[in-house]
Amino acid sequence: MNNQAKDRLLQWKEEWSKGFKREKARILVCAGTGCVANGSLDVYQALKKEVEARGEYITVDLLLEEDEKTGVSVVKSGCHGFCEMGPLVRLEPSGVLYIKVKTEDAPEIVEALLTNGKPVERLLYRHPVTGEVYAEEQQIPFYHHQNRTALAHCGVIDPEDIREYIVDEGYQGLMRVLTEMTPEEVCQEILASGLRGRGGGGFPTGRKWEFTRIEKSVKKYVVCNGDEGDPGAFMDRSLMEGDPHKVLEGMAIAGYAIGADEGYIYVRAEYPLAVKRLKVAIESAKQYGLLGQNILGTGFNFEVKIKEGAGAFVCGEETALLASIEGKRGMPSPKPPFPAQSGLWGKPTLINNVETFANVAKIIVKGAAWFKGQGTEKSSGTKTFAITGQVANTGLIEVPMGVTLRQVVFEIGGGLRGGKKFKAVQIGGPSGGCLTEEHLDLKLDYDSLLSAGAMIGSGGLVVMDEDTCMVEVARFFMNFTQNESCGKCVPCREGTKRMLEILQRAVDGEGRPDDVELLQDLAEAVRDGSLCGLGKTAPNPVLTMLKYFKDEYIAHVVDKKCPAGVCSALKGYQIDPDKCKGCSKCARTCPVQAISGEIKKPFTIDQEKCIKCGACVSNCPFKAIKEG
Amino acid sequence: MKQEVLTEAMEGDRSIVYQRKFEKVNEIINRLGKSRSALIPILQEVQEEYRYLPEEILTYIAMAMGLAPASVFGVATFYAQFSLEPKGKYVIKICDGTACHVRGSDPVKEAIKKRVNLTGNKKTTEDLRYTVETVSCLGACGLAPVVMINDQIYGQMTPEAINVILDQLEKGEAEDE
Ligand SMILES: Cc1cc2nc3c(=O)[nH]c(=O)nc-3n(C[C@H](O)[C@H](O)[C@H](O)COP(=O)(O)O)c2cc1C
Ligand code: FES
Repeated sequence: MNNQAKDRLLQWKEEWSKGFKREKARILVCAGTGCVANGSLDVYQALKKEVEARGEYITVDLLLEEDEKTGVSVVKSGCHGFCEMGPLVRLEPSGVLYIKVKTEDAPEIVEALLTNGKPVERLLYRHPVTGEVYAEEQQIPFYHHQNRTALAHCGVIDPEDIREYIVDEGYQGLMRVLTEMTPEEVCQEILASGLRGRGGGGFPTGRKWEFTRIEKSVKKYVVCNGDEGDPGAFMDRSLMEGDPHKVLEGMAIAGYAIGADEGYIYVRAEYPLAVKRLKVAIESAKQYGLLGQNILGTGFNFEVKIKEGAGAFVCGEETALLASIEGKRGMPSPKPPFPAQSGLWGKPTLINNVETFANVAKIIVKGAAWFKGQGTEKSSGTKTFAITGQVANTGLIEVPMGVTLRQVVFEIGGGLRGGKKFKAVQIGGPSGGCLTEEHLDLKLDYDSLLSAGAMIGSGGLVVMDEDTCMVEVARFFMNFTQNESCGKCVPCREGTKRMLEILQRAVDGEGRPDDVELLQDLAEAVRDGSLCGLGKTAPNPVLTMLKYFKDEYIAHVVDKKCPAGVCSALKGYQIDPDKCKGCSKCARTCPVQAISGEIKKPFTIDQEKCIKCGACVSNCPFKAIKEG
Repeated sequence: MKQEVLTEAMEGDRSIVYQRKFEKVNEIINRLGKSRSALIPILQEVQEEYRYLPEEILTYIAMAMGLAPASVFGVATFYAQFSLEPKGKYVIKICDGTACHVRGSDPVKEAIKKRVNLTGNKKTTEDLRYTVETVSCLGACGLAPVVMINDQIYGQMTPEAINVILDQLEKGEAEDE
């Protein structure tokens, strides 16, 4: 019977591969959230129409069902990660990547493809500094340094067609565990791979699986954490949208390993497209007997349900997430008991992040040693990062653990935008910290980052340039965590509020010199006294700011200056006496009569009266008024 | 006697109105079930229907599901997605996540508020046309700063660009009418 299961999957794979081989070429249009926002669906229609008009259009259905058919297919794919350059169009098998494609470009693209002509040069990526033009996606520096494993299918297959996933080794991992391995062996394999949780904590995944496996209970649950609350991170969204089956397969393997027959995926409210793609994937997996009852005839049952979040950052915390699935207010509860012992409805529950699950099937297929061979000794494998902020190439990347920050920001990210100077990166979102120039050669892995006071978190990496005020950034994060604090424990509820007040004072120009110490003390109290990870990590951005940018903070509270020139309350306006012709226009414009002077002589601004509205600046005919 | 008849008729009337009003809610509850874990999905669908969660409907849901009204209000007020006040026809969400913040979401927010005439902490315009909210990350950070109007995402926003989009929106609406 077990062999039957294997045969069936292999037979599908073989049969459909033949069909795909007859495909002359394939045009993949990115249909991730970013590219859709830039109009990629219209581009898709235009390309399809163009190929149809030339009588070459073929659907995957026809390719797979009718033996003789051949042609060019036009397919919607998941996110390629190079969102800044969207809408993206990728050609197979040549690997050509077109960027910023518009509907008008369709005829030229199709013409070049069908006549085997040179790719349309104006749509290729051109390096902003060297001017070099790259035709193939893989050659572009943004992709060249990457190692896409979890993201391997994103942008390459049609996420709504299970057959494409199956042809590329899909569900082979599940089949292998069901037919060849005991649950204990599966846990051991995952442990041996060194995979650690990608949701932020970095707990060894195999160990968590084993803990849940040994719990004695007829009912257990697998939960996938797709809450992705860290602003500036979108890897889980891209995975759920671009390769939903990989996540489902990982969950099913986990279900077998721990002895669960039911799973939940908790998806953030803001990700409707991910919900849609997951729904389609669950339905088709059931149709092919890869989810549901008696999977592949092996007797193993596993059902997956989707729960949509309702907008609360704290629900990313595992105990809060479980409360939310149960229909309650999403408030964390103290651990122990851990979910592995008493989770959803009091039953043993395994909870992992989306990306963690996305790594599982490949580990089973290729073996623990293969996975362990990448990355560093204690952080094996690859990790996705979302690089955003003031960097030339924003987007989603995947690199082996342990590459340096420099490589990510400068080689892949292409350095700072507009030739600005690098100041800091914020890593790990509101729970993480900032890293500075001195950390550029720091390795990006769990332990190196912790030692620098930051954390990998989900992998959000926000690059900041010289024009960013670090005090304002710390205030921004504090505002975020204070808003999202669920209010259950006092240190977090009150502490974050008071910290925010202190930081707000600083940027409003009302900071007090002894605030520095107060802030430090408070930060430590909140860190040590809070109930859950939200409060425990909330002071991190402040603590790293105080550690690496103390001068800047002191400038705010003591000298009442914002060195980056961001905080408007600390800005002042000066009239340049060399440029001022004494026309008095500024004095007449000023709403608070802060400017005075003698006609035809340089005017001056009374800083006490000035409300920094900037009206004088825009009205000066001689551009004599400057901020500073 | 007369009085009684009248009250009866009124009661009858009221219950018809009552029934109609809750028909849709009943349909949603029946479809999703009365278990506690169905509460959030039920609130989500009801809000989709009414664009907000009217108080009497929350009480009704509590009754229908056999929950204390306080638990239902507790859930409805905990999650940012739920609104106990009517929302505008166009819900404009301005992302103020980290990526958008450092690329200038503030000026975009100011431009929108100025354009639709919202001051202070007010979120919805008097005529119920616009609701303006900030959210922390729409997952399109590569295109920061990002704005979402109903279900449509707009990336790489500037104060000028958002004004053009709102112009188009208003023009499209005028043509529809
Ligand atoms: C405030 C807070 C927010 C969190 N948000 C997320 C999240 O958005 N996604 C996630 O996977 N884990 C999040 N976590 C971590 C989870 O609690 C949990 O550790 C994780 O889902 C376990 O999966 P992993 O071992 O695969 O990483 C958060 C934790 C805290 C304290
Ligand atoms: S931070 Fe704005 S979309 Fe993510």
